[in-house]
Amino acid sequence: MTLHNEDLVGILCEMTKARIASDRLWSLQRQGRIGTIAPIDGQEATTVGASWALDPNYDWVLPQYREPMALGRYGPEVLNRFAAWAIGHPAGGHIPEPIRVFPPQISLATQILHAVGLAWSQKLRGEPGVTLVFFGDGSTSEGDFYEAGNLAGVLDVPVIFLCQNNQWAISTPTRRQTAAAGFAAKAEAFGIPGVTVDGMDPLAVLEVVTEARYRALAGKGPTLIEAVNYRLSAHTTADDPTRYVPEAELAAARERDPLIVFRRQLEDRGIWDRAMQADAERAGEQAIDQAWNWASNLPLQQPDLFDHVFATPNQRQRQQRSELETYLRGDQ
Amino acid sequence: MSDQSTPVERDEQTLTMVTAINQTLAAEMQRDDRVVVFGQDVALSGGVFRATEGLVEKFGNDRVVDMPLAEAAILGSAVGLAAGGMIPVPEIQFLGFSYQAMHQLAGQVARFRYRSQGRFPMGITIRSPFGGGVRTPELHSDSLEGQLCNIAGLKVVTPATAADAKGLLTEAIRDPDPVIFLEPLRGYRGIKGPVPGGEYRVPFGQARWAVPGDDLTIITWSYQVEVATRVARRFAEQGISVGVLDLRTLVPLDIASIVTAVERTGRVIVLEEAAPTGGYAAEIIATINEHAFYSLEAPPTRVSGFDTPYPVGMLEDTYVPDVRRVEAAVNSLLRAAP
Repeated sequence: MTLHNEDLVGILCEMTKARIASDRLWSLQRQGRIGTIAPIDGQEATTVGASWALDPNYDWVLPQYREPMALGRYGPEVLNRFAAWAIGHPAGGHIPEPIRVFPPQISLATQILHAVGLAWSQKLRGEPGVTLVFFGDGSTSEGDFYEAGNLAGVLDVPVIFLCQNNQWAISTPTRRQTAAAGFAAKAEAFGIPGVTVDGMDPLAVLEVVTEARYRALAGKGPTLIEAVNYRLSAHTTADDPTRYVPEAELAAARERDPLIVFRRQLEDRGIWDRAMQADAERAGEQAIDQAWNWASNLPLQQPDLFDHVFATPNQRQRQQRSELETYLRGDQ
Repeated sequence: MSDQSTPVERDEQTLTMVTAINQTLAAEMQRDDRVVVFGQDVALSGGVFRATEGLVEKFGNDRVVDMPLAEAAILGSAVGLAAGGMIPVPEIQFLGFSYQAMHQLAGQVARFRYRSQGRFPMGITIRSPFGGGVRTPELHSDSLEGQLCNIAGLKVVTPATAADAKGLLTEAIRDPDPVIFLEPLRGYRGIKGPVPGGEYRVPFGQARWAVPGDDLTIITWSYQVEVATRVARRFAEQGISVGVLDLRTLVPLDIASIVTAVERTGRVIVLEEAAPTGGYAAEIIATINEHAFYSLEAPPTRVSGFDTPYPVGMLEDTYVPDVRRVEAAVNSLLRAAP
């Protein structure tokens, strides 16, 4: 893939937007307007860099729960839906056709197996696309990670496993997740290539994901990528990292904040300046304003609780719904 | 509700349940090339019970796939296949092994339509043998239907005849929602009967009178329909009319037929192989209380396994309800009076 200046600028704009969206959601949580939220600070480069390697027309992305803030590559609707998801509106899980993005996943590592199945369907249908799945360092301790890596190796499907090693699974450091040399090393057991990349550098991530994608499209099967980055904020709004993250370590990581480092790189190349920074920040604010506006104005009736359990509700669900409606009417 | 006198087509055959399942899988794969069958030992060996025998020869390695030994991988990849437009028909080799995939089954397969508000329907049919009576090692024979029925978003289908195995499996594969299709171990070869030829579908949520009766009804499903039918025959010899209502599907549940059974006989036994506490027989009795309490002539009762883990072979016949135990329950309930 040939990178143009517009790509580099686009990547930084998207990274900036993701951080702003994350900050906004954090403060909305503090105002009591949304539930628990997991900030993206420190993982923008990995997420945006990876997304830039993909073709949204053909390639699927399966996020965990931070990435949707940084998937503008797949269109603004992803952020709209994520805002709805954060509020707790059921529409937040519905990312409409034809956007090839799954809803956020809370049951960690389950999505890695879903990705193998999706890539398998792409192979069976002869589609010219790949499936990329995000998960964290903690998820590599789940059985599903091993089952997925093993199955992908056996089926030889076009899937890219992207481990966001942000060094922390809530308070558990990577050395308590594994005694292996690293997470990419686990690819050996699956019989697939494993690559480690600087996850604070979007261009490095873009490069390895591009290569993995070409391999997959060429029928050469899956790749496991470990993007090494750092969680610069808390695990979630419910977490207090000062209890366990060493101050000096965090301070050192902040020096490598991808938003600062990559911006400096683009400035050095002469393709970014203060005015562009201001524009990018304004665009970020507008994007999350727009998403929040959309999400907080979605209609909702309490009996919508019953929608979409099955294609057609069964007798019991119909009865329960009708009883709930009667109860709610009487309650008014 | 239908009864035994459903007219059958001319080209009906007498088949064991396993052959009916095998033929149905072949017919559905023939009809729709999105149908993919996968699981442990389903291709090369044709399945440990031969339910998938001959499919790989007919449909090839892409559509009939031997999987690594990992239940969560089987059901987790089914989610992705369904999202990608395929019609997955995975097999869990024995239902007790589904514990190793319960997070994918309950947390993912059954919820994905809901979580995505309709974007990703999960038209998945999970086939799995279950139930006792064939001296398997531990965890092969467990009856987990009560646990499965407690998972919102999952349909639970329990055929008791070869014809229903065909009709309900066809319906399951064409259903847009996830179905767990439970095949009784003892029934694979122990149940044999006429199976209609050609297209044959049995809609979900329609119970069947295996034996019509007036004095007492045994409500049950899967292989216990066979046990209950034997009991009914014995009582018929004494001039006592014991009916057997085969639920066919547990979710959705045919409440109207249960109500009819209570109104018709006033006395009801729910018969299940599973442990009673928190089980599906309890659910059916609660349903009777809600919908037909005043038609009861005696307290509804149940015959179940016991609140023990499913035992090893030498204790199996004690655990699984048999003709004698059900007969005793019928006698006791017939005598029950205020």
